[in-house]
Amino acid sequence: MQHGTPTHGIDISALGREKQSLDLASETTAIEVPGLNLYYGDKQALFDVSLNIPKKRVTAFIGPSGCGKSTLLRTFNRMNDLVDGCRVEGEVNLDGTNIYRKGEDVADLRRRVGMVFQKPNPFPKSIYENVVYGLRIQGVNQKRILDETVEWALKSAALWDEVKDRLHESALGMSGGQQQRLVIARTVAVQPEVLLLDEPCSALDPISTLKVEELIYELKSKYTIVIVTHNMQQAARVSDYTAFMYMGKLIEYGDTDTLFTNPDKKQTEDYITGRYG
Amino acid sequence: MTAGGVSIAVIMTIGLLAVIATRGLAHFWPADVIEATYQIPGEAPRVMAGELVQAEEVPRARLAAAGLPVEVKGGEFMTRELFKVGNRDVYGADFSWVVDEWMSDKKTPEKMVVMERREWGNFYGYLVNVKESGNLVAEGDAAWDELQKRITRIDELHAEITKLEKKDIGRINYGLEGLRLKKRSLELKDELSPAAQADLDAERAQWDAEYKVLETQLVALNKEFNRDTVTVKTVDGREQEISLGKVVRAYQPNAMGIGQKLSFYGAKVWEFVSDDPREANTEGGIFPAIFGTIMMTLIMAVIVTPFGVLAAIYLREYAKQGPLTRTIRIAVNNLAGVPAIVYGVFGLGFFVYVLGGSLDRIFFPEAAPAPTFGTPGLLWASLTLAILAVPVVIVATEEGLARIPRALREGSLALGATKAETLWKVVLPMASPAMMTGLILAVARAAGEVAPLMLVGVVKLAPSLPVDGNYPYLHLDQKIMHLGFHIYDVGFQSPNVEAARPLVYATALLLVLVIALLNLSAVFIRNHLREKYKALDH
Repeated sequence: MQHGTPTHGIDISALGREKQSLDLASETTAIEVPGLNLYYGDKQALFDVSLNIPKKRVTAFIGPSGCGKSTLLRTFNRMNDLVDGCRVEGEVNLDGTNIYRKGEDVADLRRRVGMVFQKPNPFPKSIYENVVYGLRIQGVNQKRILDETVEWALKSAALWDEVKDRLHESALGMSGGQQQRLVIARTVAVQPEVLLLDEPCSALDPISTLKVEELIYELKSKYTIVIVTHNMQQAARVSDYTAFMYMGKLIEYGDTDTLFTNPDKKQTEDYITGRYG
Repeated sequence: MTAGGVSIAVIMTIGLLAVIATRGLAHFWPADVIEATYQIPGEAPRVMAGELVQAEEVPRARLAAAGLPVEVKGGEFMTRELFKVGNRDVYGADFSWVVDEWMSDKKTPEKMVVMERREWGNFYGYLVNVKESGNLVAEGDAAWDELQKRITRIDELHAEITKLEKKDIGRINYGLEGLRLKKRSLELKDELSPAAQADLDAERAQWDAEYKVLETQLVALNKEFNRDTVTVKTVDGREQEISLGKVVRAYQPNAMGIGQKLSFYGAKVWEFVSDDPREANTEGGIFPAIFGTIMMTLIMAVIVTPFGVLAAIYLREYAKQGPLTRTIRIAVNNLAGVPAIVYGVFGLGFFVYVLGGSLDRIFFPEAAPAPTFGTPGLLWASLTLAILAVPVVIVATEEGLARIPRALREGSLALGATKAETLWKVVLPMASPAMMTGLILAVARAAGEVAPLMLVGVVKLAPSLPVDGNYPYLHLDQKIMHLGFHIYDVGFQSPNVEAARPLVYATALLLVLVIALLNLSAVFIRNHLREKYKALDH
């Protein structure tokens, strides 16, 4: 029984991280969600979700399975469009423009808002071709630019030293962790503004997970990162801000330290102390 | 249970191939020629010679019932043998059944000569002498060597004449026909000015002049070709003179060693797969049929792949799944079950008469009333096979598309690729092994099909190959020969059934080999692609 434990669930300092003093109100907003409802057919999956994702910070979505955190993430690059019967009410503003307006170029949106999935999904091509895929789609074909991008993107994803001698071998021969970092490199290569990470470490071993987490930490200086995770330790380790969702509703949203040490809501506290989820 | 089923299937396959192979391939072996005295009781004895083709045990009573003067006494069965005696021009038939009991004095003389001829089938008998323009050149033992030398010369002349007739004169005929059509076309458009007429005439004169030269050459060659004659004698003493131009080859099977026989066998098999047919398809090779089969199947594959793949992509990726797509799927699956001959009738009615007829009216009015595309031909045969095989490709491709992991499509879309780009760059390459599987099944189905082809473009004897040196090189309007139809034709429509029977087996074997070859190459390509895109495993 954990009843009667102090309000803080996780000791942040024990995770080897400095306590930060952050204030959501003073951040620049990258993505603004002013009240979003989403339906799968007749079933409502998101209920009036409102939040602002700050620029060049790591925001984590946590919550039990089926709470709608992945669904919310996927509204940011309109990946939900691919699901039959999915309907969105409300707006998602990226840099002040509603991405659900008529005439929005979805392909261009997805280039600006990159996404990394649960399972590594490299294409059955060479490492090189995986990284330049997005550029080739945009019609970039000069070898010099492609070569530079490959080196830069793989270095950004901390993969360059491991693969520089086998760039033209199949990406399928890499380990799972390498594959996931390759997917991150592939996403970074098109220079998006926002990186969406949908449980990027759930299929990886602890060492690979550590590497990807270090990578996220480095990437946040350049990109706005939103990560969905099941792992609260991970959320606490890598994120600046955390949103807790439950049953399609946003329960609590604030800076990570506060949310984990001193949550406002009883539900949040129950979840992070492991009482359910 | 399953193991039993599999082994029965394997045994049946191997047995089938073994029967076809032994029956077909034995035909090319130079068997010994037996000379014997044959006396039917109560008749005068006669000398006969030939190759033993087949022997069977027949009840004595049945032979008696057939009207043969069989003695009632003796064993219950008698041996009856089928001999290929040749000399159709002398005896009237190539084959003869004899009763073994009535044969005596069997021997295999070394001097026995077999001559393959361009008409009248084989000759069996003895060489007497060789003449050049009626003058005796060699006689007796010397005649054999002289004959071989002269046959080599004849072979060269024959090749030259064929080349002249088919290639050079063929080109001129093609040109003249083109001129005629051009003139007719101008007439139809009312544009035949005197200047144009003069141009045409000049061109025609040029062709004619060229033809004159070739014609003289041809006449000279033909004269050379028929210069030598050979005198031969059948075993029962009838002498005849054969022009050497009629002789394909002469050999003495009884004098040949095993090595010679093997090399002869190789030459015969090579002739079978590389030469044109002779004597109403019962002799010579079947190269045009092999060529036609492969050509037609390849064109079919070229047509069916884009059609099937596009249809599958539409059904799987773009169409809204609902009652309509379900209906289409059911229709596609049912299409695969329609009897082939129905496709033939459809092909004849729609492709040949409607489509071909319209093409002729629009593009080839100058050729009327002779049809260009409004008659069965290679293109229509390929098209008919394509619609026959398209359901297979659609089903296989759809399954392939369904197996591509969703994660890969999303990965591509998330990088800013459109749906079409994702399809083209990620999904289709990964589905290509499935498309190849579809194509393999389509080829297997189409290459062995005969019934519809009889209606839409396959004939007993095509005068020329659909590919030649005359522009546009590939003649889609031409009729072709086909191995499957060749089997039917040789087996059932032949004037000389006994002679054709081994060819039926040999052709069947070749058909199986050609289809196996087409399939194997497709399987090879598919495995290569699978190796490349084996990401599907996770």
